[in-house]
Amino acid sequence: MNDSLSINQKPVIKCESVYKIFGTNANKLLENASGPISAEEFQKAGCIIGVNDASFEIHKGEMLVVMGLSGSGKSTLLRCISRLTDPTSGKIFIDGEDLLEMNSKQLIELRRNKMGMVFQSFALLPHKTVLENIAFPLIIKGLATEESIKKAMEMVELVGLKGRENYFPRELSGGQQQRVGIARSLAVEPDIWFLDEPFSALDPLIRKEMQDEFLRLQSSLHKTIMFVTHDFDEALRLADRIAIMKDGIIEQLDTPDNIVLNPATEYVKKFTEDVPREKVLKIESIMDKYDQSLAGNNTVSKDAIIETVAESILESKENLTVIDVNNENKPIGILQPKKVITVLFGK
Amino acid sequence: MFNYLKNSRQKQFIFLFTIFLILYFFIPKNENNYLWRLPPLLKDLPLMFNVLLDNLMFNWFTIPVWDPDWQMYEDKTLFRIITRSISNLVLFFIIFIREVFLGGFQTVNSILGDSITDANTWISIPALPWTAVVIGAIIIGYKLEGIRLALLAGIGFFYVSVFGQWEPSMQTLSLVLFTAPVCFIIGLSLGVWGYLSKRVEAALQPILNVAQTMPHFSYLVPIVVLFGVGDHAGSIATIIFATPPMVRLTILGLKKISPEVIESGLMSGCNRFQLLFKVLIPTARRDILIGVNQVIMQCLAMTTIAAFIGAKGLGFNLKVALNSLKIGKAAEIGICVVIIAVVLDKLSLAWANKQKDYFANLNFYQRNRLSIFFILLTVCCSVVAFIASYFFPEGFNYLYLIPFNKGLTVSPILDAFVDWIWNTFFYYLNSFNIFLLTNVLGPMKQAYLNMPVISTFVLFMGAGYIIGGLRSCLIVGSLILFIALSEYWDRTLITLYMATFAVGVSAISGIIVGSLCSQNDFASKSILSICDFFQTFPSFIYLIPVILLFGITDTSVMIAAIVYASVPATRYTVEGLRSVPSSLHDAGSMSGVSKLQRWRLIDLPLALPHIMLGINQTVIFALMMIVLGALIGTEDLGQLIMGSLSRPNGAGIGFTLGIFISFICLAVDNLIRTWADERKKLLGIE
Repeated sequence: MNDSLSINQKPVIKCESVYKIFGTNANKLLENASGPISAEEFQKAGCIIGVNDASFEIHKGEMLVVMGLSGSGKSTLLRCISRLTDPTSGKIFIDGEDLLEMNSKQLIELRRNKMGMVFQSFALLPHKTVLENIAFPLIIKGLATEESIKKAMEMVELVGLKGRENYFPRELSGGQQQRVGIARSLAVEPDIWFLDEPFSALDPLIRKEMQDEFLRLQSSLHKTIMFVTHDFDEALRLADRIAIMKDGIIEQLDTPDNIVLNPATEYVKKFTEDVPREKVLKIESIMDKYDQSLAGNNTVSKDAIIETVAESILESKENLTVIDVNNENKPIGILQPKKVITVLFGK
Repeated sequence: MFNYLKNSRQKQFIFLFTIFLILYFFIPKNENNYLWRLPPLLKDLPLMFNVLLDNLMFNWFTIPVWDPDWQMYEDKTLFRIITRSISNLVLFFIIFIREVFLGGFQTVNSILGDSITDANTWISIPALPWTAVVIGAIIIGYKLEGIRLALLAGIGFFYVSVFGQWEPSMQTLSLVLFTAPVCFIIGLSLGVWGYLSKRVEAALQPILNVAQTMPHFSYLVPIVVLFGVGDHAGSIATIIFATPPMVRLTILGLKKISPEVIESGLMSGCNRFQLLFKVLIPTARRDILIGVNQVIMQCLAMTTIAAFIGAKGLGFNLKVALNSLKIGKAAEIGICVVIIAVVLDKLSLAWANKQKDYFANLNFYQRNRLSIFFILLTVCCSVVAFIASYFFPEGFNYLYLIPFNKGLTVSPILDAFVDWIWNTFFYYLNSFNIFLLTNVLGPMKQAYLNMPVISTFVLFMGAGYIIGGLRSCLIVGSLILFIALSEYWDRTLITLYMATFAVGVSAISGIIVGSLCSQNDFASKSILSICDFFQTFPSFIYLIPVILLFGITDTSVMIAAIVYASVPATRYTVEGLRSVPSSLHDAGSMSGVSKLQRWRLIDLPLALPHIMLGINQTVIFALMMIVLGALIGTEDLGQLIMGSLSRPNGAGIGFTLGIFISFICLAVDNLIRTWADERKKLLGIE
């Protein structure tokens, strides 16, 4: 994964114990807090906790999916990092710069050049056409109309809406509207991409299609992404790392494999119980240490999802060699077919 | 007893009504009995208002001002200087726009000064020939929407010209073209301000309420005192009346914007101004446009009323025609007002909906084709008109302007038609009229006048208490107390009786028509567009046909008020019934309800809160029309307000009575709105 990247690069987004408390005297109550605070205590004082002591880093090109049920504070966390709301306390750094110290002018500059955001209800401007909506951030930024429109037209093609650029949002289906939302958020070529439940308002089939589309885009764009969802399957499909939130607290932050294999809390376990493991786990997570004497002739990539290669593995009688496709097909482990059976059918 | 009443609102109302009746019949009529009539403690209120105005204009904050004519300093009050300079500014703009259409030298005069213009009498703005204006209207219509709007605008203006109403129409148009943009700007700014600050909104709300519910006549005299007589005074009166809906709709539209849209604007990097002008206002466009539309309609509706304080134009001619009972003429002028209203309405809508084409790669000629076309044609028309002036050396140049007595007219035909109706149906109409007056209106009026003041209070405050608790009870009570302490209580009762009758009939007919029409899509759509159409008419237009049919009686006013006030009742009924979710209909059908049962048990209860808001509008509309009815003679508050126009020191009385009418509206509004809000919350609507 990106573990190798993270060591030698400074994070794009860094949060240090971020709190967001709604209520009048939240600041006073929070003064001496360190670590997660008690929700009950604050509720008594008439406050509601949105985000409770969130600390994490997101690295360049990484996709962090924040997953939680409604009211878990995931959207609030996202809005703190985009500074649509001001956190009550804590520090947030974007590319090493202190986000909360920025004045409104710096903030506007940051949003105009570095950030893009997609919204759950699409949030398109109803009076503008597809093209005008996509060109909007560019025009706001001060680009000439002609140039903005040209750029927007490229975006229209990127998200596959060519031929519909003069439609109004109301004339498009939900999926198409969200494509416009995505195109708009990408128009200024931001480094950081926020997505707030972008596919939640869509039908399951369209959602799947949009997820594929999204993965396709990301594979060529390599943005730093913070993606919020309430759908655990979606999180597993998309994420490099997942943060699971409950009542404002991040319960576990780890790779999808690790979350499925080693849920940190009872709450996380509830989500992982019904997950079909073969659809989530990669060969890497069930391989043994490389031992030349046991290795077979057939090879399998360490990043392959188990389900996709299970059939061919089970057909082979001997052990397989696990190779790293990204590293000149170097053998890094061996795989016993019986382990695949364990994953597929349990012990 | 108490427990018995506690849970059923119906029983509470019956109990209240019983007390009302007991008081009604057992309080003796005696002028010294305070339960019968309250003493007129607030009698001096109009006088105080007059004194206040007087002091403002003539006594307070005097500063010496150099008078160039007399070569000396003169003491002038600051306030007077301010109002007079506003007047001059407004007048300058109105006259400038007017002279573009009709020609003249005043604008040039006021810029260059008398000495230059006296020496060079040729300096003036030349009038646009009417042909050029018609062509302009066609071209603008074409550019904004297409051939249909072009035809509508062209035919409309052509009619106005050919029927000899050109000059007053252009005078009215110039008034509207100045007033409407001012209302728009003021309304939008106040609306945005109110949206941004809760405190400003709270402060605006009561001012808007009063300004919107006060009859137009009542603030005419104060305006005359402050600003003088003339087009500018008419324009200022119009602004006061037409701005509130704009403010209200702006706030409403802005509040409806989803927070995500605002966030998307912020994330696009908008600064405050960009957020306001590129995200907030455009997103609220639908409601703001309805506001613009209302502004234009209100401006035209005010033209006749503004004529009372010296505004020139169609309104003035209409007033003259109505006063001398030239129904045919009045109808013709009325049609002109409606035409201008419709054309401006459609043009403004088309302008707002216009779309931009980014890909058309056009050269200068292509982009400005229509403007060039317009300029060429205007020059052509002017040249033709100029040459034509040699052919009509003595008389009128019909290519410039068709004077009012030289245009086509159908008024003899209309008059003949009116005569025919009178001759043929006089007996029936008259007997209906007399029947209504003697058997319904007369007794009803008497019953209202026999009502002791205490029972009125019990009824209103009791209703307030049952619906909205102590708060509503006190608000309604103090609003009425204010009126009851004046010397105009009897007049108020007459107004109330007329309003009750008109509202009752309008509400019933509106709900019936609305319920019938909401049964299918086509009928709903049709009735809503009919309502739209009727609302385009300036209110006084309604008076023309009723005078024609019933002459100058209470009946005429009543019928005008009923027709006018049925519009909101019908509209809200259709809207309310149509918004009942179809799943509920299905659920009802599966429970085996008949159509009538469905209407009674499902549709009506759910739609009632919305319908009641319509009734609220109906009350305001009916009161407006009843006061306006004083134009053709009634004996209620309206007549006094009208009378104040021609009285010295009428400002105080007119204004106070206007406040009374407004308070009646506000009391009803409070009761209905409190009930509807609570009901909506209970039903989980909105």
